[in-house]
Amino acid sequence: MTELEPLRDRLMLAVADAGDLDALEAVRLAALGRKGEITERMKTLGSLAPDARRLAGQQFNALKDEVSAALEARRGQLQTDALQRRLAADRIDVTLPPRPEGEGRVHPISQTIDELTAIFADMGFTVAEGPHIEEDFYNFTALNIPPEHPARQEHDTFYLPPRADGTRLVLRTHTSPVQIRTMMRDKPPIRIIVPGRTFRCDDDATHSPMFHQVEGLVVDRTSHMGHLKGCLIEFCRAFFDIDDLPVRFRPSYFPFTEPSAEVDIGCSREGGQLKIGHGADWLEILGCGMVHPKVLANAGVDPTEYQGFAFGMGIERIAMLKYGIPDLRTFYESDLRWLRHYGFVPLDVPTLSGGLSR
Amino acid sequence: MKITLSWLRDHLETEADLPTIVARLTMLGHEVDGIDDPAARLAPFTVAHVVSAVQHPNADRLRVCVVDTGAERVQVVCGAPNARAGMKGVFARAGTVIPRTGLLLKAGQIRGEASNGMLCSAYEMGLSDDHEGIIDLPADAPVGEPFARVMGLDDPVLDVKITPNRADCLGIRGLARDLAAAGVGRLKPRDPVTVPAVFDSPIGVGLELPADAAAACPLYAGRYIRGVRNGPSPEWLQRRLLAVGLRPISALVDITNFFTLDVARPLHVFDADAVAGDIVVRLCQPGESLQALNGKVYELDGEMTAIADADGVVGLGGVIGGESTGCTADTVNVFVESALFDPVRTASTGRKLSLQTDARYRFERGVDPASAVAGIEAATRMIIELCGGEASAVVVAGAEPAHRRSIRLSDSRVATLGGLPVPPEEARGILEALGATVHRAADAMEVEIPSWRADIEGEADLVEEVLRVHGYDAIPVVPLPREHAVTRPALSPSQRRVGHARRALAARGLVEAVTFSFMPGTDAVHFGAVQDALRLVNPISSDLDVMRPSVLPNLIAAAGRNAARGFPDGALFEIGPQYADDTPEGQSLVAAGIRSGQAGPRSWAGPARPVDAFDAKADALAALAGLGGPVDNLQTTVDAPAWYHPGRSGVLRLGTVALARFGELHPAVLQAMAVKGPMVGFEVLVDAVPLPRGKGGHARPALVLSPFQPVTRDFAFLVDEAVAAEAVTRAVKAAERKLLAGVRVFDVYRGPGVAEGRKSIAIEVTLQPATATLTEEQIDAIAGRIVAQVAKATGGVLRS
Repeated sequence: MTELEPLRDRLMLAVADAGDLDALEAVRLAALGRKGEITERMKTLGSLAPDARRLAGQQFNALKDEVSAALEARRGQLQTDALQRRLAADRIDVTLPPRPEGEGRVHPISQTIDELTAIFADMGFTVAEGPHIEEDFYNFTALNIPPEHPARQEHDTFYLPPRADGTRLVLRTHTSPVQIRTMMRDKPPIRIIVPGRTFRCDDDATHSPMFHQVEGLVVDRTSHMGHLKGCLIEFCRAFFDIDDLPVRFRPSYFPFTEPSAEVDIGCSREGGQLKIGHGADWLEILGCGMVHPKVLANAGVDPTEYQGFAFGMGIERIAMLKYGIPDLRTFYESDLRWLRHYGFVPLDVPTLSGGLSR
Repeated sequence: MKITLSWLRDHLETEADLPTIVARLTMLGHEVDGIDDPAARLAPFTVAHVVSAVQHPNADRLRVCVVDTGAERVQVVCGAPNARAGMKGVFARAGTVIPRTGLLLKAGQIRGEASNGMLCSAYEMGLSDDHEGIIDLPADAPVGEPFARVMGLDDPVLDVKITPNRADCLGIRGLARDLAAAGVGRLKPRDPVTVPAVFDSPIGVGLELPADAAAACPLYAGRYIRGVRNGPSPEWLQRRLLAVGLRPISALVDITNFFTLDVARPLHVFDADAVAGDIVVRLCQPGESLQALNGKVYELDGEMTAIADADGVVGLGGVIGGESTGCTADTVNVFVESALFDPVRTASTGRKLSLQTDARYRFERGVDPASAVAGIEAATRMIIELCGGEASAVVVAGAEPAHRRSIRLSDSRVATLGGLPVPPEEARGILEALGATVHRAADAMEVEIPSWRADIEGEADLVEEVLRVHGYDAIPVVPLPREHAVTRPALSPSQRRVGHARRALAARGLVEAVTFSFMPGTDAVHFGAVQDALRLVNPISSDLDVMRPSVLPNLIAAAGRNAARGFPDGALFEIGPQYADDTPEGQSLVAAGIRSGQAGPRSWAGPARPVDAFDAKADALAALAGLGGPVDNLQTTVDAPAWYHPGRSGVLRLGTVALARFGELHPAVLQAMAVKGPMVGFEVLVDAVPLPRGKGGHARPALVLSPFQPVTRDFAFLVDEAVAAEAVTRAVKAAERKLLAGVRVFDVYRGPGVAEGRKSIAIEVTLQPATATLTEEQIDAIAGRIVAQVAKATGGVLRS
């Protein structure tokens, strides 16, 4: 053993001295390679007597294991050092902004339609649609608004040029004509909402020549004003996300409903700030009523057999109230600053299970 | 309609206070829009006694007054020439806000004398424009009492919104009747008046209407009153008219206005001496005109109802009287008109002439058909009371039209329609209080409708009357019964996918806009021919005069406005209608968008790049994918509409059907719209995109995963400049259908090594073996087919 001691010391020193992986590999070859010192010396074992050979063999194997382990350890150390040096050089300024990505928005009108659709869907309504360029019959006459009726004058109708037969089309002044189209097409029971564009020839601080309404229609054999109240109170409370929102039904007049009501929600105007909820004041948000028997008959539904209710409200109006948007006309100006501020991120999809609004 | 509380109390005996009356009116369907309560406004102003008034030691025009307010004595410096000891005036203490100026009155010194309040003029109180001196109250005015009450200026004015069906409530009595029915006091009876006739009317009346226009005026009543003195009406009448916003004119005219407001009975007074011969009601003749009481001249047509004398038209029935026969201060003989005019004809006359009057407002909503003769009697009495004179017999042409009718209200109907079981006896009481006569039947009531309620036409109207008066608040809230335990979709597949496209585009960085369905016709011409049928007859302004043929122009204009605000880089989209013609089918849904300026901001990681057609193509494909469109099977053609750059735009087609178009917008269009480029756009024709065929169930096809690695090979083909990249990839697909998993263009090269007029298109082809690893021979065989097919289809050769 003693005669291997110097060799061992020399080799271990060489391992420790190896400054990089190449140098270490050279040490390995010099010790354990085919022509390495230990390999060469082990070749001489054959000349020894069997007992001495066994003993020397054990000593050489032990030396070989020890040097191999040292080499392995040193290699690991050198690799770690090399990685550390490389990482030390590989620095970036992580305070830089990421690469720019566009971020879009969904318009508050679309979002509000999605919200109210989610609520009315839960009450069994489906969404119906109809044309914007409408016949007088659907927009007025069938809705019990004959020509020269004062209510017709209040509609500020946009007209298209007269046709050859003297009739003229209008831009629908409300979404109510879709009530007629639906009743003429489908058999009761009917539960529909109709969100969509409407047009009035009116343009000032609080009016826009185009705006959106959502119409609702329920026709069956039994729905009465109690159901109308139930349906709309649920809607108002869900939409404004106020469980005990005061909701008031006030008698009113629409040619196409009888009895008719306007619906107010509670609010406060303290300090000039409008706040929806409990308060001293009321705010009108929609009109409704039991479908007028003449309207049912005009649409081919027997009013002695069927009845129901209808309602209509301004989508911009309820969006303005919920989201604190001060000016109606800004909805259509397509000002990027406004759209980014009041718009909704694309993944903010309103659902009843996840909540309508954040 | 404005009413005053005291006027209402003429008809309604009630203990109820103002807030109760307002709340009840509102819940009866008569929304109170505003309340002006002068008593509250003038509350700080009280009656005071001026104890002494002496010359101010330091100012010639000022006096130092000691005022007894009833509670204390206060020193006030006053500049009014009429301030004197012993008078009663109106006092405002320091701390009061002066109505006229809105200024806070402060205590202080005026030229060295303390002044702790003010003696007010009518001007400062906002009561008149007279500021010559302070208000001089009667000597018996009680000191310390509110000035407004003492002077009868405390009558609250209510602005009530009357719905178009309630013509009867365009008279204050109608509102009083509703309130009484609802339990707010008792309707004071108005006994019918008859003023005995002293002589026969020298002016006769007649109806000369053609048979088909007989409804224009079914009844015309008149009465001659001779020997009247017309002058200012008494103060109580003037004050009432002023309070509700009417200008007092003369006693005779004010009396007609009084009855219009009091009982919704419009009347007219002629100066009988200015009327030539008899009065006839006929249709106007084209070419006739009328100089009306408002000083304007109106050209009349053959549809309008004329009130005419021997000389021509002297009034427009139901709308306005003529100036030549109007009453003046000199009128001594007056002819009173009380008639019935057709609502429709009255409305259309007023609308054609753009003439709104209190009479038209009532006649077009329907005046009580039984009120004509009663109205003339009541008016006669007031004229004789206020102006003297004596009355002729009433002359009448025509007759009261039939209005009596009876409507059945089944006992159960209030509950089945209204949701509230009001006991039949209560319902009966309500209807009777509203003026109906009710007869009981077995399980229903036969309700005779009062003459003034033309709006009640059927059982539903009676249900509303009962509920309205009983109170909507009492209707119990009932949830809508659920048809299904689990909510069903509200949207059809074609509606639902629009939402997906919307959020897909927003996720790509586009901002959703909502723009008008109309646009300037001058811009519309650049986006296809606009039919005359789509030009609005009455646009809100000349730049919103046609229905848009495309969604793009409004977005382009919006981008222009954003650029003008300092935001030239933007991406906007809208999913909305475009209009090809005026039929329902002509309206189609389009998802359109534009990108302008730079595709993104400058970055340390790379330079900014202007938007290009491929941004728009990516948007179009994303929208199509959101719609569930077959994006993998589309062909791109180069025949986009004229508003796109002819060389930098395309159409995405499924077979021959165009689903979308995209590209740079035509520079000439941008220039015409005064918008700066670069700008790209796309239009996805939503309705043209086929819905995926739902073949039952939502299961996807089985996933077959190959255990063998896919192989990728690159090819570069030299082709003519005119060859489309899509022609090359299509040829590759045709060459190998079985194993081809993907083909993608990754480079297009022109320049050294490639001949002029040619380009090199580099593609990456991925092959996915299914049953065994591909051998080199197999791959080579496929590559050979690809090269051959590309050569055949495009003339392209492999670049060496």
